[in-house]
Amino acid sequence: MKQQEFKVVSKSVEKIDAMSLALGKPSYVADLQPAGTLYVGMLWSPHAHARIKSVDIAAAENMPGVAGVLFHGNVPRVPHTTAGQGFPEPSPYDTVMFDSKVRFVGDRVAAVAAETPKIAAAAAKAIQVEYEVLEPVLSIDDALADGSPVIHDQEDASIPIPVPYEPARNIAARVGMDVGDLEQGLAEADIKLDRTYETHYAQHTPMETHVSLAQVDSRGRLVITTSTQVPFHVRRIVAQTLQIPVQQIRVIKPRIGGGFGAKQEILLEDVAALFALRTGRPVLFEMTRSEEFISSRTRHPQRVRIRSGVTADGRITALGMDVVSNTGAYGSHALTVVCNCGSKVLPLYRTTNIHFEGVTVYTNLPVAGAYRGYGATQACFAVECHMDEVAEAIGMDPLKFRQMNHIRSGEGSPVFAALGEGKEGVEQAIGSCELEECIRLGAEEIGWGGRGMPGEKTGRFRRGIGMACLMQGSSIPRVDMGAASLKMNEDGSFNLLVGATDLGTGSDTVLAQIAAEQLGTDVGKMVVYSSDTDMTPFDVGAYASSTTYLSGEAVRKVAEKVKKQIVAVAANKLGVPAERLVVEASSVATADGSQSVTFSDVAIHALYQMDQFQVGGIASHTTEKSPPPFSAHFAEVEVDTLTGGVRVIKYVAAVDCGTAINPKLAEGQTEGGVLNGISYALTEQYLFDSKGRMSNASFHNYHIFSMRDMPELKTILVPSYEETGPYGAKSVSEICINGPMPAIANAIYNAAGVRLTHPPFTPDKVWQALQ
Amino acid sequence: MSTVKQISLTLNGEPKTFETTADETLVDLLRRHGYRGTKTGCYEGACGACTVILDGRAVYGCLLRAFQAHGRDVQTIEGAGSFDDPHPVQRALVDEGAVQCGFCTPGMVLSAKALLDETPHPGSDTIKEHMDGNLCRCTGYEKIRVAVEKVAASTAMP
Repeated sequence: MKQQEFKVVSKSVEKIDAMSLALGKPSYVADLQPAGTLYVGMLWSPHAHARIKSVDIAAAENMPGVAGVLFHGNVPRVPHTTAGQGFPEPSPYDTVMFDSKVRFVGDRVAAVAAETPKIAAAAAKAIQVEYEVLEPVLSIDDALADGSPVIHDQEDASIPIPVPYEPARNIAARVGMDVGDLEQGLAEADIKLDRTYETHYAQHTPMETHVSLAQVDSRGRLVITTSTQVPFHVRRIVAQTLQIPVQQIRVIKPRIGGGFGAKQEILLEDVAALFALRTGRPVLFEMTRSEEFISSRTRHPQRVRIRSGVTADGRITALGMDVVSNTGAYGSHALTVVCNCGSKVLPLYRTTNIHFEGVTVYTNLPVAGAYRGYGATQACFAVECHMDEVAEAIGMDPLKFRQMNHIRSGEGSPVFAALGEGKEGVEQAIGSCELEECIRLGAEEIGWGGRGMPGEKTGRFRRGIGMACLMQGSSIPRVDMGAASLKMNEDGSFNLLVGATDLGTGSDTVLAQIAAEQLGTDVGKMVVYSSDTDMTPFDVGAYASSTTYLSGEAVRKVAEKVKKQIVAVAANKLGVPAERLVVEASSVATADGSQSVTFSDVAIHALYQMDQFQVGGIASHTTEKSPPPFSAHFAEVEVDTLTGGVRVIKYVAAVDCGTAINPKLAEGQTEGGVLNGISYALTEQYLFDSKGRMSNASFHNYHIFSMRDMPELKTILVPSYEETGPYGAKSVSEICINGPMPAIANAIYNAAGVRLTHPPFTPDKVWQALQ
Repeated sequence: MSTVKQISLTLNGEPKTFETTADETLVDLLRRHGYRGTKTGCYEGACGACTVILDGRAVYGCLLRAFQAHGRDVQTIEGAGSFDDPHPVQRALVDEGAVQCGFCTPGMVLSAKALLDETPHPGSDTIKEHMDGNLCRCTGYEKIRVAVEKVAASTAMP
């Protein structure tokens, strides 16, 4: 089926929860707290690395209004990972609920539940802790140095899958692959380049911080309402951590105020749940903004070395990537993020000699985790800057160089099979790919032809244009699973139940569109309920750009099943063979239109009248492919050579995400990811003091872009059709964040002739480079 | 513990009386009384999720103490519109696809409403400057900007 034939898909239907959210209806976790709720206050470690010699909770416990205190002395010790991933997780079990050692400033020491947030905070401060302060490890180099202090020296740290794990050397993960021979490829080259790029800490800053509400229901079961991207993983990991059966836990994700990967993590649920079990009271645990910066999750800072060999006519003979990734104090997503540096970036350009090595190190700094882009963001910065440098070295237009070398439809890459997420990957040939068209349209929109060369530009304010090409994936093949169930009601409406997790992306709407398209009805007939472990089928959750592609296909499949039932009932009712019936606009009719029944007639017949049964079904979907979306990004910047200030004037993102099921939502994903990426490139950074303390954990000192900072943004959706996706769809959510940092770096070079390899590109760095 | 005192104010057009303490923020008082459309995102006067309209001006509910609203006129998102009769800004945000996670949206609505109540047809730069205190991490602001500009250019505003 091609685009023009769609009735519901590829239309920008109204996002189904948009009006209720715009009206401010109580929808988020903290809005749903009942009367009598207790509040959690945390005592966080003031030291980057220390052993806890003693904890005295008496003063806190005896404070009026305090209902309980948790610390390492009164909770189960169960090594686990906070990473919400498939099971067994490809992340080390290096975390326990509360430990007798702290590993970064902001690590858990103890928790208090009290009648008010103020009492909880005061009581947490009243806990007396004696520390033996240890030497901290505060950089990648420190972590790798011989004789470096060991951060995870506890005996029970391990990794549940068979991969290298060397905590005694502060190594949380190691992965590598070689195809062909890098050295030989370099020897064949006319030009060889060896460059290192270093990316920085950043935080997702969802407008709603992490928040969880735990309650014990009338039958003694634990009900956790939580702001999460992974409700089913929350259920599993809370069960594991608290040593209670999965059966005893229900996890509900209501509307959530953004995630971007930060909420692919089990950070609060265990504490709220244990307090609820111990007190029998509802317990709310909500992070403050500064806690969100320091103690939730961040983007892995990385050092990426790229070695390349290129012939004078622009052929890449060798491409090597060596990544050192800093996971901070715990190894959440330590392996898989570094895998993605290779697997989501290296296949973009054709070459026969490829080398990849990734090492993830522990440091006594804030913990990294999943963040939109997931390693591709960091590695893409390195490779896309490098491609510009290589093109310059052979005197070729960087756009033309990319056009010559990028992967195309029908081609494979040895990287796909060699690198998966914590295991071998899956071989695949590229299906849909409209990267050529993305480059063409984007270049036209930004005015690439007129960009000029750095040497030609004079004056204080100099403008330049840069670009980057991008790919990502759509779900994790042979790992991810999504499921959906669908039932029909007597008015012809449908309950669509999905495990898939809408974190504000609009996936509930997109999935409703897919179901409606397949059923032959409209979105208004779909009642969508998502992400409730008691009520909805399983889904791994909202990550790895999987929801539209993977969960969407589960939805399409269940709708296909249900449609067959509807036609069978109609055939029976009309006395016409099913083959002669067509479904359209919520009716089933004979081809000539002489006889028809409405969906409502069908449902009433099946539910109340004859051969009664529930019209409905369930379907699951897994995938053998992870078809990449492709994108070309272009930035026009103005560099103030006097101050080093960089302003983005215009930004163009041309994206091939397959069929955009809902174009406005796809544009919104792109615009949001792009602005986040620009903000990451120019202003966002963590500042640490010499003791490893973050000194700017506030929106006043960590600047995320606001409306006044916006450049002119232009999104171009370039249609393609991915045969394996629901109605031709791939993914769109992650890819868009990868472009701004390299495109801006390349534009700065084009404007002012300086090559910046250590973002963010703050005025001081740019000014220094200009001197 | 602070002393409990009574305050009176006009809330969404109706006279109301609440008990509060000197250290309670306006947003906490509102949320405690069920006006939970007003969100909190930072408690430090930076994100704008807690925006309410005080005597016609958009203000941060987390920076004001509740007693500062005594004798004054407060509008919250609950008073801005309904499913049957949404405010033109709410309608436009929904139509333009400007609501993603929606957590910033009530604050955005009230910020825009305060501007449009005073200046029915503001220009693009005025809108950007006025809305600068409301952060959003999902949308990149593009569709929010377009939505507010559409309302500003339309006859929906007097």
